[in-house]
Amino acid sequence: MSTKDITLTVNGETHSLTVEPRMLLIHAIREELDLTGSHIGCDTGNCGACTVVKDGEAIKSCLTFAVQADGSEIETVEGMEDHPDADGGLHPIQEGFEQEHGLQCGYCTPGMIMAGKAILDENPNPTEEEIREGISGNLCRCTGYQNIVKSIQYASDKLDENGEVAAADGGRAETDGGFTCGVENCCGGTGFDHTGGDNE
Amino acid sequence: MSSDFTDGDEPREFVHDDDGGPDPETHCGHGRGGMGEEVRRKEDKRFITGRGNYIDDIKKPNMLFCDIVRSPHAHARIKNIDKSRALDVDGVVAVLTAEDLLEHDLATMPTLMSDTQDVLVRDKVKFQSQEVAAVIAEDRYAARDGADKVVVDYEVLDPVVTAEEALKDDAPVIRDDIEGQTDNHCLDWETGDKEATDAIFEEADVTVSEQMLYQRLHPAPIETCGSVADFDPGKDKLTVHMTSQAPHIHRTLFSQVSGIPEHKIRIVSPDVGGGFGNKVPIYPGYVVSAAASYVLERPVKWIEERSENIQSTGFARDYDMTGELAATEDGRIQAVRTDVLADHGAYNAVAQPSKFPAGFFKIFTGSYDVDAAYGSLTAAYTNSAPGGVAYRCSFRVTEAVYLIERMVKVLADELDMDPAEIRRKNFIQPDQFPYETPTGWNYDSGDYEAALDKALEMADYEHYREEQQRRIENDADKLIGIGISSFTEVVGAGPGKTCDIAGVEMFDSCDIRVHPTGNATVRVGVQTQGQGHETTFAQIVAEELGMDVDNITVEHGDTDTDPYGLGTYGSRSTPVAGAAAAVAARKVRDKAKSIAANELEAAEADIEWDRQSGEFHVAGAPDRSITITDIAASAYMNHPASEEPGLEAVDYYDPPEMTYPFGSYIVVVEVDRETGEVDFEKFVAVDDCGNRINPMIIEGQIHGGLAQGIGSAMMEHVTFDDNGNVTGGDFMNYLLPTAKEIPNFETGHTVTPSPHHPIGAKGVGESPLVGSPPAIVNAVVDAMAHEGISHIEMPMTPDRVWETLDSVGLSRDPSDSFEIEFGDTGAEPADD
Repeated sequence: MSTKDITLTVNGETHSLTVEPRMLLIHAIREELDLTGSHIGCDTGNCGACTVVKDGEAIKSCLTFAVQADGSEIETVEGMEDHPDADGGLHPIQEGFEQEHGLQCGYCTPGMIMAGKAILDENPNPTEEEIREGISGNLCRCTGYQNIVKSIQYASDKLDENGEVAAADGGRAETDGGFTCGVENCCGGTGFDHTGGDNE
Repeated sequence: MSSDFTDGDEPREFVHDDDGGPDPETHCGHGRGGMGEEVRRKEDKRFITGRGNYIDDIKKPNMLFCDIVRSPHAHARIKNIDKSRALDVDGVVAVLTAEDLLEHDLATMPTLMSDTQDVLVRDKVKFQSQEVAAVIAEDRYAARDGADKVVVDYEVLDPVVTAEEALKDDAPVIRDDIEGQTDNHCLDWETGDKEATDAIFEEADVTVSEQMLYQRLHPAPIETCGSVADFDPGKDKLTVHMTSQAPHIHRTLFSQVSGIPEHKIRIVSPDVGGGFGNKVPIYPGYVVSAAASYVLERPVKWIEERSENIQSTGFARDYDMTGELAATEDGRIQAVRTDVLADHGAYNAVAQPSKFPAGFFKIFTGSYDVDAAYGSLTAAYTNSAPGGVAYRCSFRVTEAVYLIERMVKVLADELDMDPAEIRRKNFIQPDQFPYETPTGWNYDSGDYEAALDKALEMADYEHYREEQQRRIENDADKLIGIGISSFTEVVGAGPGKTCDIAGVEMFDSCDIRVHPTGNATVRVGVQTQGQGHETTFAQIVAEELGMDVDNITVEHGDTDTDPYGLGTYGSRSTPVAGAAAAVAARKVRDKAKSIAANELEAAEADIEWDRQSGEFHVAGAPDRSITITDIAASAYMNHPASEEPGLEAVDYYDPPEMTYPFGSYIVVVEVDRETGEVDFEKFVAVDDCGNRINPMIIEGQIHGGLAQGIGSAMMEHVTFDDNGNVTGGDFMNYLLPTAKEIPNFETGHTVTPSPHHPIGAKGVGESPLVGSPPAIVNAVVDAMAHEGISHIEMPMTPDRVWETLDSVGLSRDPSDSFEIEFGDTGAEPADD
């Protein structure tokens, strides 16, 4: 099997990897870099447990080949405590999940946290509907989502309080608050109607 | 009178040093993180920082990876398996088939209902995706490459896809491996008094009947199943890290299957990414990874893909039920009758106590005081994955609650009575507890009307009834429906004499060790999959020992160190292991009193423990007191001559009875007559789980279960085509609700402690999934009941709802709501 040399910058640290072209980004992150916070929950891009932020956009790393991410900057849950907003402790999104009981088994949580980060990076003050839209590419089987929404709202409020968002935002244009997983013909992020299908 | 749980014996008296436990009326926490306090979860930090340790996170030196070759056919005879091309693939170390496993006597494994399942198919494939061969390779990509190269020659047989088909005379026999089996009949079961029930039905003013399918679901935890098996030839010891909800019983079963002595097996359940009953059974993948590790003497990892999880591991439900009620004309329910056709799949592998072939389905009389009941069931084998696991459910209680709560709505509509009123009229009253049902359950406590009243108030019931009428009168585009479910649950299996898993009694356990510096390690025999045990059990011990919750660590999931227990499913952790934790803590407290007496130079009989302060003091002299921290130090540094050193206790708790949580859920839906879409306007859940340990965790559990209830009612269905191909077997086709389909829930509670549980708790996890589907279906039916609709099958997809609307003239044609104009020339629109 042929291999390819790639460079991934993950949570600020640059790694040179030699990978098979077919290696999924999630496997490169989990198995080559030993960052096992991001998980795999399905084979089809529906569950979002593998969500990481790539060049500022939340993507599903199980639907991305590692070679497609060559040269990119990737953020995973392991980098959140080192984020400037974390202020030496937990990032406000992580803190939100802890305070608002936004997790139970914890398996979807890293993906949810990264999806939440992408939502807030894009739109620091999302409405509940915008948050629900924004995490609709991430499945949680435990929480019923209500407390996940509250967790992201908690972070939004906390970041507001800190006044850091305003500074970091730098007058960025307003957004629709949603995000897409970045992969064509996948869950489609905001566009996919999960209610409509009859699976019989 | 005899219930199944006393069965000739007198009920056992519960004995422990009990000061009555916390009083739910007055107890509002003492600030140490005990009962009733919303302590933030101890387990969260590792999960929110990416430091969880789930099965696929485990990496061992020299580890191999296992991929399983699965049958594309539902029913087929294996003529030949050619491994040679797979063995040529770079990185492939071994290819295992049934023949290889036979050499080690590992070709079959027992199911939890004493059936025998092939680990790898020996002769005949019985369901699509059944395990045919296993490829062991240096990494997961090579293992998959190898799996693709295993050539299996099948003789395809006619499949039997539904239970109804299976029981036809000319149906192909699936289980010709069972001696004497000449058809697809799996088992018959009945409960109650047929004669008395039939007599009431013959005489009754009113009878109603409805057929309803509780469709095949899958628990679908976001983490699939997997294992890392590691045989150490130096110690002759097999360690299996696996996604297990019940590690101890799995150790026993592993020992029975493999012949390896039980003390040479260690099962470790690491962080488990959701279970919901899916991770109770033993699956072939676990056994194959263990066998491969044993043979190859290297660690072997097996991780399921999602489609493998849905298509081959324990499904839930698949009960085709007929319900009947007999009642007086003023709405008093006199009798309940039901008949069930159950699809058990290719093996009898339901995961439930072995003496209960239909699980706890016989709780189908629900919250109502009826005179008689009779239930019968026939189960069939089909060419589908084995299952019938208790998906967030005490063994078919979900099906039973669906049946009775749907039927009460059917009766209410037949009699033109308000569904709240008819429930009130039939509820078992608080002074009737303990209440024995016609099918032999012994309900511990309840106040059903209080929960219903609270829910009605929270839901603003009258307002929505008026709004519903207004919409009907105005012929509005969107109809309102209001659904109620006032369920009674049964959770907390054992007792051991009536409930066992593979012969092992369903007790549970807790071991508390208080260390010299005053903190404690608590080990339990149950296994969290997200329920928050590390926090909840710490709170129980904090409450009962007067310790600070921060000074307590809870461990579980390692059979080498934890006391034997039966695991977590059927909401049994708090009722059984929670009781064990309280009793073990009280045993520690007993010894602490002796140490306190020594330290305070008083007689032990004069030492009192104060629940509020958590301190031990001399009776009548509260200032002569000592804390548990100081007692812990004394236990190791100045122990009394009358006692052994140390401060620890273990309790194996065999519950005297099950517990019976209950609640009332009210769902208000808006049904779109054009699209058949259903929107949730209001979703109120009032639960009574007895004394509440951590309200935050309870509420979280309720939310999660309600979301699963919406999934069940609206979206989820494991479907098959006529050839037995699974057509709903991955997340593209088996639809889990997302944040967009789930509304905000309004939760409330009442508190009716369990009289026989040491801290009055009942268990709660499964209540919302048990109780909500009938409320949701009742709501959608209610929106159309004025036109005579009495039932809609789940999942209530928009097309199914629209067809139902259309069947009674309630549908709207979308084109009616706007006019299409083709211009004023009258010409046909031009093609582009």
